Amino acid sequence: MKGFRKYYGQKILWYIFTLIIAVILNFILPRLMPGDPTSAIVSKAVTGMTDATAVQKVLEEYTAKFGLDQPMIVQFWEFLKNAIRGDFGVSFSQYPREVSDIIASSVWWTVALQLPAIVVGWILGNLLGALAAYLRGVFDKVLLPVFLFISNVPAFGMATVLLTVFAVNLKWFPTSGGYGFDLIPNASWEFYSSVLEHYCLPFLSIVLITIGGQAIGMRSMSIYELNADYVKYSRFLGIKDGKIVGYVFRNAMLPQITGLAMSIGTMMGGALVAEIIFSYPGLGSTLLSAVTGQDYPLISACTLMITIMVLLANLFVEIIYGIIDPRIKAAQQD
Amino acid sequence: MLNTIKQVFRSPRFLIGFIIFALMLLTVIFYPLFVKADPLAMVGNGNFFKPGTYVNVSETVTANRYTLNVDVSGAAKLDRQLNESDRSKMADWLIRFGGVDEAEIDTSDSVALVELWKNNYSPDADQPGLISTDKKSFERLDKRIDEILSSSGIIIATEEEDGTLTESETIDETSYVNINDLATTQTFVLGTDNFGRDVLTELVAATTTSLRIGLIAGLIATAIGLILGLIAGYLGGLVDDIITFITNLFTVIPSFVILILISYSVGQSARGVGLVAMIIGFTSWTWTTRSVRSQVISLRNRDHVNLSKLSGHSMFRIIFTDILPYIASYVVMALILQISSGILAEAQLSMLGLGPATTKTATLGLMMNWAMQYSAHLNGSWWAYFPVILTIALISFSLNLMNTGLDQVFNPQLRD
Repeated sequence: MKGFRKYYGQKILWYIFTLIIAVILNFILPRLMPGDPTSAIVSKAVTGMTDATAVQKVLEEYTAKFGLDQPMIVQFWEFLKNAIRGDFGVSFSQYPREVSDIIASSVWWTVALQLPAIVVGWILGNLLGALAAYLRGVFDKVLLPVFLFISNVPAFGMATVLLTVFAVNLKWFPTSGGYGFDLIPNASWEFYSSVLEHYCLPFLSIVLITIGGQAIGMRSMSIYELNADYVKYSRFLGIKDGKIVGYVFRNAMLPQITGLAMSIGTMMGGALVAEIIFSYPGLGSTLLSAVTGQDYPLISACTLMITIMVLLANLFVEIIYGIIDPRIKAAQQD
Repeated sequence: MLNTIKQVFRSPRFLIGFIIFALMLLTVIFYPLFVKADPLAMVGNGNFFKPGTYVNVSETVTANRYTLNVDVSGAAKLDRQLNESDRSKMADWLIRFGGVDEAEIDTSDSVALVELWKNNYSPDADQPGLISTDKKSFERLDKRIDEILSSSGIIIATEEEDGTLTESETIDETSYVNINDLATTQTFVLGTDNFGRDVLTELVAATTTSLRIGLIAGLIATAIGLILGLIAGYLGGLVDDIITFITNLFTVIPSFVILILISYSVGQSARGVGLVAMIIGFTSWTWTTRSVRSQVISLRNRDHVNLSKLSGHSMFRIIFTDILPYIASYVVMALILQISSGILAEAQLSMLGLGPATTKTATLGLMMNWAMQYSAHLNGSWWAYFPVILTIALISFSLNLMNTGLDQVFNPQLRD
């Protein structure tokens, strides 16, 4: 157990460090570019709004918040202090809403959509991939090209096609939003069923994309493992097929888990754009409206939020990996 | 070398991928030679014209006419002119206000339906629950049916000097025009987009630009990845630790986020096609670095490398003659994947409104972005977005097929 604590301690420390680097990048990248958004904030704020008191308020707030007249390091310190308190200032495009308020209302939609979709897609994809490798024959011959093609359809493309077929033409599902436009979020059955109705298509599009990519990876991993010596040896010993498949599945799974950790950022990026197609009220749509509204504080908060989500997901996957992979346990006991 | 190429082309996956990709490349190269029109010219005055051939109406009037003995009146004509919604509207009225039994009505039989309508419809009938616009719309429908039924043909009139119109000729129902006689027809195979631009021509131009973006991004990413991977793998020690650490950092910090931050910060005016390609390239080198590094590490202590070291060859010579040839296939495969992910990255950036901010060129992402902004997916204009999605998917599919084909040739363990 002591070994595990050391392993997890190192992992968590490393992720905290990565988070710090990510925050620094979030702060410094925009400021290093020629078209520095923070120094342009004043002029943008004035041209973007017509309400005189709003202009005044934003001006004062941002000069104070960013400390625009102070050296970079002091500005960063201010940025960090505010970020830790969850204070990202006032949104330009949705004045006078606080950025943190906008993020808080959209982040849960994204989490509730993407987390289950990626997990379900990953599990189904791995099962299908392992099945294709084990059964071979027609199942494999048909499934493989289909999965190969699906995994190459961009997430937003899959979203658009599903939307056109099932929402616009067949009218089985609503076309946009996270719940009926005539409803106010409340704890009623009507609201929940509407949310569920709007949830299906975005969920399905992310699941399908994930299945495609994972199934191919798992298939080649399983084929590789099925040809390994221990499988042949087990067959000689007369061990039942079902048990051997269990071994193979477990061994082929490990690289798939690492693969998930490495590709989760890319997956989420794609899924965020797919959200836009459905006008789903998550971070993707918020990001789009922030970009169109030239709303720098909101963009900065969105990217920071996405980074934190990806880092947390990664950390979670690594913790699971530590439990599943016997080699890590062995290494820690030495 | 020749043998390897032969072997590569014997892999069915590589071959299929290669054929798809080559066909696309050929289209992209040869299409502009035949169609000289400006891909961004706004041909259509209005948005989302359906695919098809557009015929100049005034020319059909003056063109040479042929009389064909084809039944254009009666049932066929009614079938053609009364669409689904007209018929259900008629049936609805007849049931609600005409006192006709639902079982009597068959909306697929237009002749019987029109007969029932003529017998029962009257604009003065008592229509409770209908607002006047609805009543008027039924009156208009009735008038249209009358027009369809009276097959008098269309009268062409010329305007005299004093402003009166005199009938010059009548076009019969049986008159036809040969489409080959017409000089001014315009065919939009994939319709027009929201700006009235020919989608097919624009798509070819956009594919060219997107492929170029993918290539630039892929080359930059592969170059950075290759150099960092070679240095880290070959030198080892502290340099390796530092590079690995940075690579691990950027594998976990989503490149999508960095892409958004940089693209937004460089500002609208500076964000051209080349710059977007470069930004994508500079944010996607981590995968290549990792795989090159691990390959180099496994090569570093091979006998031929050690022999070179003993012979006193310089580091560059060892890298170029003893290491690079062994990892060349991996680098090519990495480049192929980078190109396809670069094209995807451009599309996703453009969907967020952070793609190339230029009106001079089209990219696949920008086409998709405009189609979505004008709700092409909600108003049924499939031709404005579906070909774009298909093109992106096919490029990525063919490149990935080529990649797995190569992988099977160079990695015998993966062969089926």
